[in-house]
Amino acid sequence: MLIRALHDEGVELIYGYPGGAVLHIYDAIFNQDKVEHILVRHEQAATHAADGYARATGRPGVVLVTSGPGATNAVTGIATAFMDSIPMIVISGQVDSSLIGSDGFQETDMVGISRPIVKHSFMVQNPEDIPNIVKKAFYIATTGRPGPVVIDIPKDVTDPSRKFKYAYPESVKLRSYSVPAKGHTGQIKKAVEILLAAKRPILYTGGGVIQGEGSALLTELTRKLGYPITNTLMGLGAYPATDKQFLGMLGMHGTYEANMAMHFSDVVLGIGVRFDDRVTNTISKFCPGAKILHVDIDPASISKTVAADVPIVGSVTSVIEDMLELIKLSETKVDRKALDLWWKQIEGWREKDSLKVVSAENDVIKPQQAIQCLYEITNGDAYVSSDVGQHQMFAAQYYKFDKPRRWINSGGLGTMGFGFPAAMGVQLAFPDAVSVCVTGEGSFQMNLQELATCLQYNLPVKIVCLNNQALGMVKQWQDMQYGGRYSHSTYSESLPDFIKLAEAYGHVGVRIDKLSELKQKMTEAFALKDRLVFIDVMVDPMEHVYPMAIKGGSMKDMILSKTERT
Amino acid sequence: MRHIISILLENEPGALSRVVGLFSQRNYNIESLTVAPTEDHTLSRLTITTVGDDRKIEQITKHLNKLVDVVKLVDLTEGAHIERELMLIKVKAAGAQRDEVKRTADIFRAQIVDVTSTIYSIQVVGTSAKLDAFLAAISGITILEVARTGVSGVSRGEKVLSV
Ligand SMILES: Cc1ncc(C[n+]2csc(CCOP(=O)(O)OP(=O)(O)O)c2C)c(N)n1
Ligand SMILES: [Mg+2]
Repeated sequence: MLIRALHDEGVELIYGYPGGAVLHIYDAIFNQDKVEHILVRHEQAATHAADGYARATGRPGVVLVTSGPGATNAVTGIATAFMDSIPMIVISGQVDSSLIGSDGFQETDMVGISRPIVKHSFMVQNPEDIPNIVKKAFYIATTGRPGPVVIDIPKDVTDPSRKFKYAYPESVKLRSYSVPAKGHTGQIKKAVEILLAAKRPILYTGGGVIQGEGSALLTELTRKLGYPITNTLMGLGAYPATDKQFLGMLGMHGTYEANMAMHFSDVVLGIGVRFDDRVTNTISKFCPGAKILHVDIDPASISKTVAADVPIVGSVTSVIEDMLELIKLSETKVDRKALDLWWKQIEGWREKDSLKVVSAENDVIKPQQAIQCLYEITNGDAYVSSDVGQHQMFAAQYYKFDKPRRWINSGGLGTMGFGFPAAMGVQLAFPDAVSVCVTGEGSFQMNLQELATCLQYNLPVKIVCLNNQALGMVKQWQDMQYGGRYSHSTYSESLPDFIKLAEAYGHVGVRIDKLSELKQKMTEAFALKDRLVFIDVMVDPMEHVYPMAIKGGSMKDMILSKTERT
Repeated sequence: MRHIISILLENEPGALSRVVGLFSQRNYNIESLTVAPTEDHTLSRLTITTVGDDRKIEQITKHLNKLVDVVKLVDLTEGAHIERELMLIKVKAAGAQRDEVKRTADIFRAQIVDVTSTIYSIQVVGTSAKLDAFLAAISGITILEVARTGVSGVSRGEKVLSV
C-alpha cells in the first residue's frame, strides 16, 4: 500500500537499503514494476543520491531505510538536505508497534533523532493512514520552503495481511500549514521605488531562486534593470555566469568585485538568500551604507541575521513578476548616469582579476586549471556535483554555470561524502546527461562504496578528483591561522591507488599528473561515454583558495593571494 | 522583556516535543510552560513565557509558526491581557507562625487548602509577580515545597485565540 501510494504520488525512483523492519515493503517492491528501487551500499548515500536527484530535477527524492542503524545512517543526509531546503521523503522502518519503547532489536527513536533536521515527521499508527500521510508528507516537503520529511513506519503497519480500503487522496488540506503565495503589494511597491532610485544597487540572490524556479524571471529583472548581480554558493546558475552583469560568487571565497560591490552598495536586493555568515562576514560591518530589501518565502529567514528595511514574504516568481509589472508602471526611472558611474567603479574592481591563475613550474597542475579544463571539455553544460573542501570552492569559482540545477553541492552543512552519491542521483535522473563529481581524495573516501552501485546500474559518472594528498581546506586554515602546523590533515603515505580501486570495482581509472597532458587525457576520459571513469588529477598540494574573507572584517576585507590583501 | 506566547497546537504525538525542541535548538529560553487540551479535543493550548528583545521574540514567533503542528499563536504581552498562575506551597507553621502565615495568606487572598498541626498547604493564584511577592512576604518562614503551574493567559476584551 505504501508503494502504491508512492506510485500514485508520481514517484518513479526510490533509493534504499533493506533490513528487518522494512521487509514487508521490500516484498511489495518485488511484486511490482512501477516504482524502481536503487540499491545503494550505505544509507547515507541513499539520502545524498535522492538529494542530488531532487536538486537536479526539482522533484522530491525518496529514500527507504530500515530501523535502527539504517535510520541513523540516513541522518547526515537528512541534515544536509534540511540545511539546503531540499525536498526529500525519508521512509524509515520501525520495530513493531508493540515493541516501541522497549529497546527492541534495532529500535531507535527516529522521529526524535531527526526532529531538529526535518521540516516535519510522521509516525504511522494505522495502515489505513498510509495514503493520507504520504500525501501530506509530499505536500509539506515540496511546498513553501522545501525540506525533508520523515515517515517512520512500524513493521506491523506494513503487514500485508492487514487489509484496508485503499484510496489515494486527491488533495490535502492542513489547517496548521499554509504556504505564502503572493508578496504584500505595498511592500513590493516600496521595494521597487527604493530599487529604482538606487545609485549603487546590487542583486544578491541564492538557492531560493533555484528552488523556487525563479531563474528566468530573475534574469529578466536583472537585464531590465541593468544592475550588477552576484550569486551565493547555493545560487550559482540562477543567473547565467557568462553574462557581463554577473560579478561571480560572493562571500568567503567570492570574487573581489562581488564582495566590494556588496560592501559599497546603497541598495541590496536579496532574493532567496539567508544572509549566511559565510556571506556577510562580520554582521555589524555588513554593507554599512545599504538599504536591505529581502524577498523570501520563509518569514523566519527574514531579519534573522541582518535586519531588512523592506521585508517581502512570498514566492520568488510571484514577487519578481509583481516587481516587473511595477517597474513598468513606476514614474521613477533607473538613474542611468549613476549606474554608469557604478559600473565604472565595478569594472575597476574587476580589473584586479581576483581569479587569475598563474601556472606552476615543472608541468605541475594547479587545481584551478583542472576545473577550467573540465569546463572547456564539457562545454559548460555538465551537471557538476561537488564534495566539500578546496576543490568545491575551485569548482564554484571556475566552472561558469549558465543554467540552474547544474551545480549540486552541500552548501549549508558542508557534508564531505555528498558529491559522489549526489552525482549518481543526477545520472539516474538524466541518464544521457554528463554527470560529473568534483571531489577530493579525502571526501571521496567517505562514500566510495557507491562505486559498486554505479556498476550495478551502469551509471557512467565522471569523477574528477583534485588530488592534493591532503585535507586541503583544513591544511589551508592551518597554514593561515595555526603557523602551518598540519595537525591530522595530511596522509600522503597512506593514500590508496585510486586507479586500481576504480578497476577493482569494474570501472576505468586515469591518472593525470602533467599540465601538458591534462586536456588530452581528460578529453579521452570523457569520451568513454558509457563508463564510469575515475580521473585522479594530481594537483599542486600547496595551493590555497583565494580570495578569502578576513575574519572579523567586513565584506571588503579579503586576502587575495599568499602575498596580497585588501 | 518577558513575553507570554499562547499557542493552539495539534493534539498529535510528538507535537509538544517539537515546540520544546525548537527552544533548546535555537538557544531560546523557556521560563514556564503549561499545556492542556482545550474544549476541542483535537487541539491543545500551550502557554510559554520567555524573555528576549523584540528581534528575538520575533524570531521565536516566526519559528513557532513554521512548525506544522502550530495552528495559531498569539503574543499576549503585545496587548492587554490576563495572566494567571497557580502555586501550591507547603510551609512550616507552628506556634506563633501559624497566625502570621494565615494573615499573610489572607492579604494575598490565598487559601489554606490543607492543615496539620505543624504544616499549612497554601494555594495562591495570580500573576507570577504576585506569586513572587507572596514568597518574599513569607521569607521568614520555612518553606518545605513549592509547586507552580506556570503561566496561563487570555487577551482582554473581544480578542480570542481560536481556529
Ligand atoms: C563529514 C565532514 N567531516 C569533516 C569536515 C571538515 N572538512 C571540511 S573540508 C575538509 C577537507 C576535505 O578534503 P578533500 O576532500 O581532500 O578536499 P580538499 O580540501 O583537499 O580539496 C574537511 C576535513 C566536513 N566538511 N565534513
Ligand atoms: Mg584533498
